[in-house]
Amino acid sequence: MAKSLGPVKRKFSPWTDPSAVPFIRFENITKRFGTFTAVDNLTLDIYEREFFSLLGPSGCGKTTLMRMLAGFEEPTEGRILLQGKDISGVPPYRRPTNMMFQSYALFPHMTVEKNIAFGLEQDSLPKGEIATRVEEMLKLVKLEQFAKRKPNQLSGGQRQRVALARSLAKRPKVLLLDEPLGALDKKLREETQFELMDLQTKLGLTFLIVTHDQEEAMTVSDRIAVMDKGLIMQVATPAEIYEAPNSRYVADFIGDINILEGTVASTDSALGAPGRVRIDCGDIAVSVEQECPAVAGDKVAFAVRPEKVRISPDQPAGTSVNAVYGEVWDIGYLGDFSVFLVKLADGRVVRAAQANVSRLVDRPITFGDMVWLTWPLDAGLVLTR
Amino acid sequence: MASVSETHPANKPNPARWLVVAVPYVWLLLFFAAPFLIIFKISLSETAIAMPPYTPLFDGFGAIGDFVSELDFDNYLFLTDDPLYIEAYLSSLRIAVISTFLLLLIGYPMALAMARAPTTLRPTLVMLVILPFWTSFLIRVYAWIGILKPDGLLTLLFQSVGLFGADDQLQVFRTDYAVFIGIVYSYLPFMVLPLYSALEKMDNTLLEAASDLGCPPWKAFWKITFPLSLPGVIAGSMICFIPITGEFVIPDLLGGADTLMIGKTLWTEFFGNRDWPLASAVAVILLIMLVVPIMIFQNQQKKVA
Repeated sequence: MAKSLGPVKRKFSPWTDPSAVPFIRFENITKRFGTFTAVDNLTLDIYEREFFSLLGPSGCGKTTLMRMLAGFEEPTEGRILLQGKDISGVPPYRRPTNMMFQSYALFPHMTVEKNIAFGLEQDSLPKGEIATRVEEMLKLVKLEQFAKRKPNQLSGGQRQRVALARSLAKRPKVLLLDEPLGALDKKLREETQFELMDLQTKLGLTFLIVTHDQEEAMTVSDRIAVMDKGLIMQVATPAEIYEAPNSRYVADFIGDINILEGTVASTDSALGAPGRVRIDCGDIAVSVEQECPAVAGDKVAFAVRPEKVRISPDQPAGTSVNAVYGEVWDIGYLGDFSVFLVKLADGRVVRAAQANVSRLVDRPITFGDMVWLTWPLDAGLVLTR
Repeated sequence: MASVSETHPANKPNPARWLVVAVPYVWLLLFFAAPFLIIFKISLSETAIAMPPYTPLFDGFGAIGDFVSELDFDNYLFLTDDPLYIEAYLSSLRIAVISTFLLLLIGYPMALAMARAPTTLRPTLVMLVILPFWTSFLIRVYAWIGILKPDGLLTLLFQSVGLFGADDQLQVFRTDYAVFIGIVYSYLPFMVLPLYSALEKMDNTLLEAASDLGCPPWKAFWKITFPLSLPGVIAGSMICFIPITGEFVIPDLLGGADTLMIGKTLWTEFFGNRDWPLASAVAVILLIMLVVPIMIFQNQQKKVA
């Protein structure tokens, strides 16, 4: 049976279908502010009903990209197509996109009800229809009893929901969410993430979300674009991004990972032909079962996620592949997990995470213990970029 | 809980704190309340050809009985008799209302442009608005005489660009127009600064949100910017309206003989007719008239704070 990556959320993958027409297309987009290039010759397709995340550190150009789609900025070069139509030069108030702002940008002098009705009033819909839609939206975000309040009489979470309702009221083709959950505390944020996913499925809209929070992006998205310095580093599903990052940057940005620099010693693998790659990383040699274009002598990085590294006080029986020996340098107890920092003979530190599956342990590992770290052949990765 | 607040250091009676609080109150008592009471007292007495030119109503606090029996509202009744005074009050209010409106009309775009200017430029613009204060107010009003008089600078300018013939002269000086020009010029900073501070505080993403929701910029101004700047509009209007109503210098220097303002009437009564009791009555009524706008202003300030 062929192995595949991670859990599958639902059967939805138009990006694998070559005949699918993208809903939004960023075509060779470049945006410069003076001498600073915020977005650099970027091309990206987003499909209808997709929940798409732009993920990256601050200043990577993700917000600029979103603002260009909303119409607040015009690209310096390239064009943006929405349903095949070039929307350059169309002012924001004529675009079928709505945005939920990071600061929420609720109108402080209007009630919750008025805020939600604002967009509908601009379309001069009949009064009765506006009222029903507002009511519908209030119900959707569970704020019926707060209709007459002003934004400053609401809590952060309630304001966030008003902002969401306001941006959804016009039933936009694309909903843009700029760091939508940044101001919420952790519990509320997690709750809202699931609510957002629920809403997106229920309403069948295309969501584009900008975030620097990788956990948020992983939870909600169908696909994630990891950005850095105005460039897209990788576009893939959360599982692919996590399990098969294409570069050191992506591997390091998403989650926790051990990266060991080394040289390819020998390889049976080529592009399109998975095989075994042996890498010399200083004193230690590691092997990976992977499809990899690198040839012997290439400088590469070996990467393995801490939760895939087993820690044990005894030397593992049988194999001597992917087994390293070291001293426990530090332990982080996280409740559900414990993270062990193990110092190898050459001074490099490898992290191993272990699920705390039972409350009591026979032989607890403690500081200064000498331990073995092992991982299977398909746990690690060769990173050529 | 009571014991907690009593032991809290900030709640301990501290004489130095009282002193700090007392200073402005003593100041107001000495230089506002006391003079006002004196004026009020004079307004209830009768004219006399003497020095000072009025008969004291009573001497010392012992004669309260005499005081009440001699209480004399004649001056106030006289104010309602002679249409001159009512007309002067109404004319003052009219000029103040029109001036305030003109100030808003000119000041709002200025303040908006300042608030939308690049952040680095704003302090300079604020500086430019308050720059005229470096010259005496009186000198600036006199300068307007030089500009507006029939053979003044403006006439010369119009003649030199061919707008006016050699015999044409600007007929603005000593009219209500000159008064409006003088008032609008003098009070403009008082209108612009509160408006600017209200507009500058406004979050720009609100306008982006409005635009995003389908609202074009000109509509967004009336739906978002203007309502949110109302505290500034009210503050600026009141700061201008209240002193303009009692303005004396500008109508006296730039206005004509028929420019009727209560400040001028007041001055004439005091120094021209030497009718101190009547002049005091005029002053008291003026103050009462201004209580309403002052209260609106105070109320607004409280809401903002």
